[in-house]
Amino acid sequence: MKAKSVDRIMTGVIVGIGFLIIALLAALLGYLLIRGVGHISWHFLTSAPESIRAGGGIGPQLFNSLFLLVLTMIITVPLGLGAGIYMSEYAKQNRLTAFIRLIVEVLSSFPSIVVGLFGLLVIVNRFGLGLSLMSGALALTVFNLPLMVRITEQALRAVPREQKEAGLALGLSRWRTITTVMLPISLPAIVTGTILAAGRVFGEAAALLFTAGMSSPRLDFTDWNPLHHTSPLNPFRPAETLAVHIWKVNSEGLAPDAAQIAAGASAVLVITVLLFNLGARWFGRALYRKLTAGR
Amino acid sequence: MTQTRQAADAIANDGRGKFPKHKLEELRGRGYVMFCVLLLIVIIFSIVYFIASRGLTPFASQGVSVGEMIGGLKWSPEADTPRFGALPFLFGSFATSLLAAIIAAPLGICAAIFMTEMMPKVGKNILQPAIELLAGVPSVVYGFVGLSVIVPFLRDVFPGQGVGILAGGIVLSVMILPTITTVATDALRSLPAGLKEGSYALGATRWQTISRLVIPTTLPSLMTGIVLGIARAFGEALAVQMVIGNAPHIPHSLTQSAATLTSIITLSMGNTTSGSLHNNALWSLALILLIMTFLFVFVVRLLERRVKHA
Repeated sequence: MKAKSVDRIMTGVIVGIGFLIIALLAALLGYLLIRGVGHISWHFLTSAPESIRAGGGIGPQLFNSLFLLVLTMIITVPLGLGAGIYMSEYAKQNRLTAFIRLIVEVLSSFPSIVVGLFGLLVIVNRFGLGLSLMSGALALTVFNLPLMVRITEQALRAVPREQKEAGLALGLSRWRTITTVMLPISLPAIVTGTILAAGRVFGEAAALLFTAGMSSPRLDFTDWNPLHHTSPLNPFRPAETLAVHIWKVNSEGLAPDAAQIAAGASAVLVITVLLFNLGARWFGRALYRKLTAGR
Repeated sequence: MTQTRQAADAIANDGRGKFPKHKLEELRGRGYVMFCVLLLIVIIFSIVYFIASRGLTPFASQGVSVGEMIGGLKWSPEADTPRFGALPFLFGSFATSLLAAIIAAPLGICAAIFMTEMMPKVGKNILQPAIELLAGVPSVVYGFVGLSVIVPFLRDVFPGQGVGILAGGIVLSVMILPTITTVATDALRSLPAGLKEGSYALGATRWQTISRLVIPTTLPSLMTGIVLGIARAFGEALAVQMVIGNAPHIPHSLTQSAATLTSIITLSMGNTTSGSLHNNALWSLALILLIMTFLFVFVVRLLERRVKHA
């Protein structure tokens, strides 16, 4: 065959595959939304789940997911920022740095179930935090920290050299230069990355089975004292998140409408991830505009 | 530069014995970031230590041999004479993740070529956001779709229940597609433009350029993407557990029920008492997962070294 016709055939094949992948995603999203959105209602989003009867909702699970997300980010962001700053600004080119780099790489490739088991062994049992939101948040911190380190490091590395040198030349200490000159410049990138990382926390389940638990106690949404046992804000109560709930309903759900609940909850999860994705892009761009010219 | 800094510091210090404010703040900042990094080191060592200490117990003091665990075919932890052969799970894990890679690798590389060489505009505006979104979809949602679409489909087409390695591989292939595509796209983008222009100048067609120049040159990077994808598939727990059927034996066909390391841990860990032989054997499986992770990272590093030398 002539080289030209081969070229045309292969172009066709690759373009076809490209569009196939786009179609696949459209079908996946369409399926999830069409099957799920019909089941989403205010009642579904706010009421408690039923184990045997039909008509259960996902209210506590949704709340738990959001609360866990906030807790995790409160712990992860400062630690990840710190380690990221070290990696991009303080680390020298030596064996120790190479070793830390290896650690970050290994840590980010640990299967989430291994991190969950570690959480069960150390955080839940040894530290005695029990199956609780706090244990879940700490396990997810282990999981998310390497991601946060990488986001920060890359964002700081993208800052122009001159900016840093100008800061140092003015006699600012290195730390001051980083926090007052470089961090603001890299903020849009860091924020975008952080929101995307938060989206991952929202959908994570395997690490939570053994740390945050698979059940949610009866929550009293009128009691906002974080020390009370039934208060939703108590970080030391067991909590089943939305993703864990989907898994549980699918593998051992007894309610007659288990399939619809799974479909509805999956749609909620995917819509939230979509919002996180779009939100990250929009917020990052808006922040960039505000920090560069529009002030 | 450090010398000038030291000089500047010396001037600032001035020998008057007063500890300057900016030095204190530098010290505090440096201390904080050091603490963060130290934490990373502590975390990784404690993960390895705790999982290994539990996972090695069956071998060290409970009479299970490493050979039986890796090569044994029978997993019956609750029997009178319990057997701990994990080969079916090892087989299941390798089979599903390799199958996923076989499906996803050509698709991902084609998607990367599509984005970089053929239709960059469509790629940038539609395909790339689509891939990023695929990466963000939670694994339980993939499991749900697998359970409600792929398994019934396979049940209609092939004999059997529909659950099994094929279903697991298909679900995982969608999950690792973004990993492979992203790495491949980065590799193709970083190729020097002059290389391709030279090929075109010699009269080569686009496909000739891609197949004989672009792909061979970026092969180590493409392999890196594939290995990263396999590593991700190997460690994935819940989506696989939902569609694979979880039977502790080596299946005779792709559509027969099987199990993976992760799926058996997910299912059994909650139902065993801590410290029992059964429970410790599950930790051994977790240890195998851990060792596999190190192995995957090692392979990726080897491949990356080849990229740098090329």
